[in-house]
Amino acid sequence: MPRLTRWFIKSALLYFAVSMLAGVAVSAQGVMRLPPIVAALMPVYIHLFMVGWVTQMILGVAHWMFPRVAKESADRAQRLALVTYVTLNLGLLVRAVAEPAFALRPGPVWAGMLILSAGLQWISALAFVATVWPRVRER
Amino acid sequence: MPRLSRWFVRASLVYFVAGFTLGAVMLTGKAVTWPQMSRWLMAPHIEFLLIGWTVQLTMGVAFWILPRFEGGRSRGMVGAAWLAFALLNLGVLLTASEPFFHGAGFTRLSGRAAEAGAVVAFCLHAWPRIRAASTHKGER
Repeated sequence: MPRLTRWFIKSALLYFAVSMLAGVAVSAQGVMRLPPIVAALMPVYIHLFMVGWVTQMILGVAHWMFPRVAKESADRAQRLALVTYVTLNLGLLVRAVAEPAFALRPGPVWAGMLILSAGLQWISALAFVATVWPRVRER
Repeated sequence: MPRLSRWFVRASLVYFVAGFTLGAVMLTGKAVTWPQMSRWLMAPHIEFLLIGWTVQLTMGVAFWILPRFEGGRSRGMVGAAWLAFALLNLGVLLTASEPFFHGAGFTRLSGRAAEAGAVVAFCLHAWPRIRAASTHKGER
């Protein structure tokens, strides 16, 4: 298993655990009094699960199992895969902080971080597709 | 990777980028307090990523790696898998376009029906392939 795949999968497992804990916190609102930030966690919970866990696991396994690129393109593909990993995780972490904060106290700093997060995650999608598209081939 | 898997996977990658693009636009819309953005984009965002990306990629990879027949030469009822590909993509596009139509209930219903048809067709294709790879040699 390539090193970058191990990073993807280990990060995915961490997000899996954290997202489930966030889900517990969100659900606990119904039975106990919790700080208002917990109510703002719902979109973060969903995205930690779907992007951090499900999508990241897929990206890691695809990086590992799809047919290899030609040797001359391997360095470029590796760099793009690294860009995918870094931007996806950075974007998601920025979102996890900025989205509940913005919901509670809207302001330019949190708004800027949300836009930064959106841009980072969008770049990660483009980088992943640029990496994988040439590998979707017969052999 | 067989031709149908390449179609499934490439279509899923298109939906992946489309879904992330809509997500980025909505997150930016939230930051600039333009909440009505979500009213239009939420349904296609979810549809593209859940069905167009995740489900479609899964079907493509399953078609590729499930055990084959006739010593590896046949994948069985390939027509049913092609039908699944066509119906799934029709369903995603119909369901995702729901917010943009008046009388959207029928659009969404048609989309969901196409997606359900895709799943049935794919199950018909995949079911006989779920077996120990070394048994039933010569089976279609």
